[in-house]
Amino acid sequence: MPFQPVILATDALVYLLILLAGISAFYTHRHEHLQMPWRQVGRSRTAMGALVVIGFYVVIGLLDTLHYRPANGTDAQGNPRYATEVMSVLDWAATPLREHREKTYSAPFSTHLYMRETVELPDGSKVRDYPRLKWGGAHLADPDDAAMDIVQRSLLGILVGAGLWLGVLLIFARGRWAVMRGWWQDPAHGPQRTAAWTLLVMLSLVGLSLTLAGAYHVFGTDKVGEDVFYQSLKSIRTGLVIGTLTTLVMLPAAILLGIMAGYFRGWVDDVIQYLYTTLSSVPGVLLIAAAVLMMQIYMSNHQDEFNSLTERADLRLLFLCLILGVTSWTSLCRLLRGETLKLRQLEYVQAAQAFGVGHFTTLMRHILPNVTHIVLIVVVLDFSGLVLAEAVLSYINIGVDPNTNSWGNMINSARLELARDPVVWWSLAAAFVFMFALVLAANLFADVVRDAFDPRLRERS
Amino acid sequence: MMAYIVRRALYAIPILIGVNLLTFVLFFVVNSPDDMARMHLGAKRVTDEAIQQWKAERGYDKPLAWNVQAKGIEKLTDTIFFDKSVRLFAFDFGQSDSGRNIGHDISQRMWPSLAIAVPIMLVGLTINISFSLMLAFFRGTYLDFWGVVLCVAMMSISALFYIIGGQVLLGKLLNLFPISGYDTGIHAWRFLILPVVIGIVSGIGAGSRWYRTLFLEEINKDFVRTARAKGLSEQAVLFGHVLRNALIPILTGVVVVIPTLFMGSLLLESFFGIPGLGSYTIDAISRQDFAIVRAMVFLGAVLYILGLLLTDISYTLVDPRVRLN
Repeated sequence: MPFQPVILATDALVYLLILLAGISAFYTHRHEHLQMPWRQVGRSRTAMGALVVIGFYVVIGLLDTLHYRPANGTDAQGNPRYATEVMSVLDWAATPLREHREKTYSAPFSTHLYMRETVELPDGSKVRDYPRLKWGGAHLADPDDAAMDIVQRSLLGILVGAGLWLGVLLIFARGRWAVMRGWWQDPAHGPQRTAAWTLLVMLSLVGLSLTLAGAYHVFGTDKVGEDVFYQSLKSIRTGLVIGTLTTLVMLPAAILLGIMAGYFRGWVDDVIQYLYTTLSSVPGVLLIAAAVLMMQIYMSNHQDEFNSLTERADLRLLFLCLILGVTSWTSLCRLLRGETLKLRQLEYVQAAQAFGVGHFTTLMRHILPNVTHIVLIVVVLDFSGLVLAEAVLSYINIGVDPNTNSWGNMINSARLELARDPVVWWSLAAAFVFMFALVLAANLFADVVRDAFDPRLRERS
Repeated sequence: MMAYIVRRALYAIPILIGVNLLTFVLFFVVNSPDDMARMHLGAKRVTDEAIQQWKAERGYDKPLAWNVQAKGIEKLTDTIFFDKSVRLFAFDFGQSDSGRNIGHDISQRMWPSLAIAVPIMLVGLTINISFSLMLAFFRGTYLDFWGVVLCVAMMSISALFYIIGGQVLLGKLLNLFPISGYDTGIHAWRFLILPVVIGIVSGIGAGSRWYRTLFLEEINKDFVRTARAKGLSEQAVLFGHVLRNALIPILTGVVVVIPTLFMGSLLLESFFGIPGLGSYTIDAISRQDFAIVRAMVFLGAVLYILGLLLTDISYTLVDPRVRLN
């Protein structure tokens, strides 16, 4: 085999998450009443547009989750030998980006390095000048042609994007032009049209990066000459993992304790309330800081337990999700307790108890299905906050591993560069653009989901 | 009311014990004091004497929670747990790992923190309420729609970018304010404006949108319709009925954070080099000074519980329907 698949700890949880999402989608598909709120989401133009944007992030994140070790040669018995370095499919797809390393900073679309160096001219004399980049615009004979070349490549990229877009639409219309036109002109398809326009924008961006990123450094390079665009792409997985796995790891505890406290009351309620009041009274940042510090000590004293740097960084990411989950499950738990307190007074729960239905069955059949909307709303609403939190935590060095690509680390390493002259702004700009697009889309989507699932809001509208 | 406050204060004791146990487990059981010493002293090969000395200097050389060798009550008291945790209840924070008096540091650094946090809260509250009231007044119009879009967009920007953007734009390019630093006494105001402005701006998005929801919730209620039916003007309805009732959740939401203002803002203070409690905490985290982190965790928990208590009391003050018992 030319490669050996690798499943890191977070990968496994991501697959579990996909499995769970698949199961719940299937379940929803089979039950008409569960589809109603989703239909309302589908009728919203903002939600559909935002969903397309999120979809692109998710695809990139998933590509970056499929890890493997490439083979490099064979050993004496003819068995393939694998590299120690763990790669992902995204790394493979972005090989030119990954390998086009410059010496140090260079501005976006620049053909020359940011700093002067002693350059040897063809006639043997030496001057101090900005040297040509090794990769950025290296295909040009004359760097002054760069502007024209960029325009040409951009137009080509947009054309590629538009072509892809038409292809996708035609697949949806089963290859029939007339079907597609009819669909497009149907006034009932407003939200889908918004989604289609967003898709056009996103595919154009994909086309642009296909034609431009290989030949130039679209977002420049950083201090050690790594392509910033590549870093931003790699950071997507970190952001998504923190935003989703944190809620995944906190959900079992929050749901179980929340409905138990509300349902059983008495001493169970007291104990659980005490537990979450204690946890939430510790300032979140400090709890995270304390836990991360302790983990650092543990890791530096037990270095032999980790096979590779990637594995270590991955475990640290998982640990950060865990500890963020510990600090954030309390609010969901409180909400669920309150809702369960209300639910257990209702006739159907009391009827179930009167019939002698056991506690476990009552909880599973009558309470849990009626609090799932709260869980869903909280999960969706929390996502953007967690993505933002990652950046802040990485800034104060208690976030992900410094070797992991993340927007927080990008900001952290770039903040001192603003003092340079001329200003090195591109790392910050790239982190800003990538983060803003994801968080904005998530916020817009979360708003619509909340409006659709919250019965209080549903009755009012 | 008095009985209620006393009971709540007593209820705080088990919670604080829980917090202490949690930090104790985190700091001393998961990693032994030996691990900490090795971490602090840096190198992989540290002599045992150096570790013992480091521990003795900081009082980490005692047994964790139960001293077998001691007699009587000292079995409990002559331990790290008693030394480092129980004393916190008397607000005796002891010495930091680098040998400074934590209690003194906190009382010094509290004031710069408050100098930033209080203006941000007061001015921010005024701006957020005015802006969201305007959105509620023009509800359903394009102004409202784009106002909400603006709020959501502002919410989606990381606080880091507000700070960096503000520093570059207002500090570096326009040269209006010093980028960072602090001065003693009254001269500090020049250094305070920029962080305060940034703190307010970064809070507008989330705050205004939340308050707008509260206002719209009130606007749909029966008593507002009655007020309109009486022939009151929209302004009178908005200020006299909607605002007054929506202020209840707004006020209680503010009261709960008042005590935590003392803790300062981690990000603002460390970016602007303001010697408050926020930057104190950040410094302690980056220097891995566990004594300070532990003291701040305890202080934060006390202030949080105080905030909850104040919230309950403020409910009875602004909403006569609520009775504490």
